[in-house]
Amino acid sequence: MRKLRAWLLRFKGLFLKDAREREFADEIESHLQMHIDDNIRAGMSPQEARRVALMKLGGIDQAKEAYRDRATLPFLESVVQDLRFTLRQLRKNPAFTFTATVMVALGIGASVASFAFVDAALIKPLPYQNPSRLLFVTETTPDIPRANFSYPDYLDWKKLNRAFDSLEVYGQRGLVVSTSAGMEMVDGARVSAGFFHTLGVSPLLGRDFYAGEDLPEAPRTLILSYASWQKRFGGKQEIIGQSITLNEIPYVIIGVLPQHFHFAPVENPEFWTTLDPGRGCFIRRSCHFLNGVARLKDGVAIEAALADVTRIAKDLEAQYPDSNRNQGATVAPLSEIIVGDVKPILLLLLAGAVLLLLIACINVASLLLVRSETRRRELSVRRALGATRSRLIRQFVIEGLVIVVVGSIAGLISSHWATQILKGLIPTDMMAGMPYLNDLGLNSRVLMFALAVAGFAAALFSFTPTFRLSTLDVREGMAEGSRGSAGKVWRRIGSKLVILELTTAMVLLVGAGLLAKSFYRLLRVGAGFETKHLITMRVRAPLSAYEKDEQALALQRKVVDEVKSLPGVTSIALATTLPLSFNGNTDWIRFVGRAYNGEHNEVNQRGVSSDYFQTLQANLLRGRTFTDAEDMSKPQVVVINQTLAKKYFPGEDSIGQRFGDTDLNPKSIKEIIGIVDDIREGPLDSEIWPAYYYPINQHPDIGYSVVVRTSQADQSLIPTVSDAIRGIDLRINISSQTTMTQRVNDAPTVYLRRSSTWLVGGFAAVALLLGVVGLYGVIAYSVSQRTREIGVRIALGAQRSTVYRLILKEAGALALAGIVIGIGCAIIGASLMRKLLFGTPPWDITTLVCVAVVLGASALLASFLPARRAASVDPMTALRAE
Amino acid sequence: MGTKTEIWQGTLALMILKTIKTLGPLHGYGIARRIEQISGDRLSLNYGTLYPSLLKLEQEGWIASEWGLSDNNRKAKYYKLTRSGRKQLAREEKGWNQTTAIVARFLEPAEDQS
Repeated sequence: MRKLRAWLLRFKGLFLKDAREREFADEIESHLQMHIDDNIRAGMSPQEARRVALMKLGGIDQAKEAYRDRATLPFLESVVQDLRFTLRQLRKNPAFTFTATVMVALGIGASVASFAFVDAALIKPLPYQNPSRLLFVTETTPDIPRANFSYPDYLDWKKLNRAFDSLEVYGQRGLVVSTSAGMEMVDGARVSAGFFHTLGVSPLLGRDFYAGEDLPEAPRTLILSYASWQKRFGGKQEIIGQSITLNEIPYVIIGVLPQHFHFAPVENPEFWTTLDPGRGCFIRRSCHFLNGVARLKDGVAIEAALADVTRIAKDLEAQYPDSNRNQGATVAPLSEIIVGDVKPILLLLLAGAVLLLLIACINVASLLLVRSETRRRELSVRRALGATRSRLIRQFVIEGLVIVVVGSIAGLISSHWATQILKGLIPTDMMAGMPYLNDLGLNSRVLMFALAVAGFAAALFSFTPTFRLSTLDVREGMAEGSRGSAGKVWRRIGSKLVILELTTAMVLLVGAGLLAKSFYRLLRVGAGFETKHLITMRVRAPLSAYEKDEQALALQRKVVDEVKSLPGVTSIALATTLPLSFNGNTDWIRFVGRAYNGEHNEVNQRGVSSDYFQTLQANLLRGRTFTDAEDMSKPQVVVINQTLAKKYFPGEDSIGQRFGDTDLNPKSIKEIIGIVDDIREGPLDSEIWPAYYYPINQHPDIGYSVVVRTSQADQSLIPTVSDAIRGIDLRINISSQTTMTQRVNDAPTVYLRRSSTWLVGGFAAVALLLGVVGLYGVIAYSVSQRTREIGVRIALGAQRSTVYRLILKEAGALALAGIVIGIGCAIIGASLMRKLLFGTPPWDITTLVCVAVVLGASALLASFLPARRAASVDPMTALRAE
Repeated sequence: MGTKTEIWQGTLALMILKTIKTLGPLHGYGIARRIEQISGDRLSLNYGTLYPSLLKLEQEGWIASEWGLSDNNRKAKYYKLTRSGRKQLAREEKGWNQTTAIVARFLEPAEDQS
C-alpha cells in the first residue's frame, strides 16, 4: 500500500513539474541561507560562508537532479522523451506516417467490422434461456429435408416423445387488422401455449399463455411484440385486457414481449396468437404448416433425440400409411436454423478481412524495416554514444505503438461506419429474417477483438525492426555509405513477406473470381420466363364481403379488367403463388388408369388466371392454355410443366391424360390440356419440380398475387395499378408491391452471392493493390541498394536490356512464388466456401488462369518502374555516389 | 577530516526519523546538522542527498511537511513525524537493534582473538 501510494505520487509528479521545482528551489535557498548564517556566525567571511555551504550541499544542480529523480518516475520520463522524439520523427516523415496509419486503420477497421457481424450472428447467444438446449424439430419427406408438422402429427409427437422437456410449435400467419386507415395486412404468428415458456422468455408486461389456452374452446388471446406495442398502442400499460379485432375476430391482449426478444424463423410478427385450432387444416394429418421447437431433457444428446422422434415417425407411418407414408423426422440446433444461412458469408467476410489485415500489417512492417534501414547511421551513432540496446528497442516499440494506437482509433471509428453501411445494404426483407443483427455494435467482445488485433500489430511492428537491430554493427553502420550484410538481411526478409502478401492477394482474387463466376452462372439460369418489365403485388380482399365463390370470381375478373385498361399495361394475370418464390404448396396426385400403390407423387400446385403464361412470356410447348370462361361451371383442366410430363409420361403424350387426388375423388379429376416449358417456382439455384397450373377461376380465391407486364419503365406504374385495384373496393389490402427484377435481385440466393462477390471482390482489389505496392517497395529498395553494382555492370558494357532482365527476374521470381503458393491455398480456401459456389468447381481453370495473369501483369507493372530506373542508371554518377 | 564513514540509504532514513522524533518538527538543514553532530562528525553527509530521502519518506507517508519560520526568522520547510511514521520508526528501531545484535555476536569472538 505504502509503495503504491509512493508510486502514484511520483506518477502525479510527472505533471506538476513547475510548481515542484519552484518549491524545491525555495527549500534549497532557505537551506543555504541558514547554513550561511551559521557559518558567518562561526566567523567566516560571507564569500567563504557561501562556498562552504555550497560544497557541503554537494552542488545545487546535483541536489535538484537527485530530487527530481525521486519526485517522478525517471523511466516513465524517458519514455515520454522517446514518445516526443517518435512524434517528431513521424511528423518529419508525413508520407510514411500517413501510409502506415491508413494501412493499420484499414486492416483493423475491416476486421473489426466483420467481427462485429460475426459476433452479432454467431457468437452472441440467442435471447433465450440456455439456448444450446433448444432444438428445431419437424417432419421430413423424401423431397423436403425440412417439411412442416401437421397438427395431428404434432399432438402425437408431443405425447409420445421421451427426449424433450417440452415440444411446441409455431407458424406464420397473415392477419388483417381494421384500423382507421382501412384494412391493414400485418404479419402474425401462431404458437402453441407453451412456446414462450419453452424458450424461457417471459413477457415484459402482462402474462404468458396458460397451458390449454391453445385449445379450440379457449377464449382468443394474443401477446404483442414490443414494436407493435409501441407503434399501435403508444407503449401504454393499460392495453392489457383490451381487445383488438384480427381477421374479423376479437382477441384479448394479455401480454407484451420484451424489447430484445426476437425469433427469426417467424419474420417480424406484430401479434403472437395461440394456434386457434379450428377445422380445415388442423384436422387433416396431411396438411403440414407448423414447425416445432423443443427443449432437450437434461443428459439427452441430440442424436438420441433424433432416434426418439424417428421412432415416433415410423410408428405413425405404420398407423397412418395413407397420410404419413415416407415421412421421417429431423432435429437441428435452433441456432443453426436461425443463423445457418448467413454463416458461410459471415465467415467469408471475416476471413477476407483477416487476410487483408495480414497484408496491411506486413506492408507496414516492411515499411518500418526500410525505415530502420535508412536510420542505420542514427542508430549506430546513438549506440556509440552509449544508448543501451534496450533503450533503442524501446524507441522502436514506442514507434510501433504510436502507429498502432492512432491507426486503431481511426480503424475503430471507420469500422463503426462500415457496420452501419453494410447493415444498410441488407434489403429490408432479408433483415426481417435476421433480427439478431439489430444489436450490431461495438460491444465488449468486439472491443476485446480489436484490442487483440491491435496487440498483434503492435507486437509485429516492434518486433520487426528490433530483429533488424540485432544485425546492427556499430562500426559498419557508422562508416559513410557502407552497405553490408544489413541490406541483404532486409532483402531476404522483405522478399519472404512479399511472397506472403502476393499469396494472400492471390487467395482473395481467386475467391472473388469464383464467386463472380458463380453469380454470373446463377443469373444466367433461366427463370423460364421474361423477368423484365413485370410488376407484382399481393392482393387480399376481406373474406366477409367475398365469401361466396361467385363473389370472389367476380372480383378476380374485375381486377383483371380494371388493370388491363390502364395505359402502359400490356397484360395482367393472377397467381396463387409467384414464380421464383419456393417449391412447396404441393399436391399429391394419382393418375387415372394407372396402377397405384399409395406412393406420394408430390407436385407443385399453382392457380393462375387465363393470361398467366402469356403475361410471363412462358413458352407453351404443346396443347393450349386456359380461357377466361373456364370457371367452376366447366370441367377441370390443367397445364403441366415439362418436368412433370417427362417424369410421369416419358415417351408418351400427356395431353388428354387425367389425374386426381390420392383417392381419385371424382371432384378432383383434372384433364391435362397443355404443356409449358419449365417455369422456375423456387429460387434460382433450386431444382425444378414437377408442377401443374389450374385455372384460378375454377377455385376462386380472395388472396393472390397480381403480375402485370408493362410496356415501359415498370416502377412508375406500381402506384397506378395499386390505386386502380383499391378503386374497386377500399377494403382490399395491397402489399409487397415490387418488380420482378427487384424480386430476383433481392432473392436470398442471388443476394447472398452478389454480396459475397462484392465483398470478396472489394477485399481482393485492396489486397492486390497492397500486395503490388509491397512488391514495388521491395524491388525499388533492392534497386537502390544495387545502384553501385548496376553502375559497374553498365560501365563494363552490360546492355540496358540485361539490366531490365536482372531486375524483372528478381521480381518475377517473387511473383511466381506468390502465384504458385497462392493457387494451392486458394483451392483449399475455395473448397471451404463451396456452399457459396454455383456451377463452378473450386479449381475452375479459367478463373485460376485469369487471376494468375492479372496478378502477374500487376506484378510486372510494379517492377517495371524500378527496373527502368535501374536501366537508366548513369554509371559515372552511380560509381561516384559512394 | 580523518576517515569518515559513508552512510547507506536505509540507515539515513532511520536517522532522519529518529532525529525528527527527538527534536520535533525540523527543517532539512537542521536535520543534516543534527545527524552530523550526533555522529560526532564521523559521518560524511552530503546535505544534498538528504532531500530525496525526505521526499521518499514523505511519499510513503511517514513524515509530513509544511512551511514555517526558523529561529532566526527565515522561511523554511519543516518536517514532522506522522502517526504511522512513529510506528514505522519503532519497527525500524527494533529491526535495526536485532540486526546489529546478530552481527555483533558474529564479530565479538573475532575481536577477542586478535
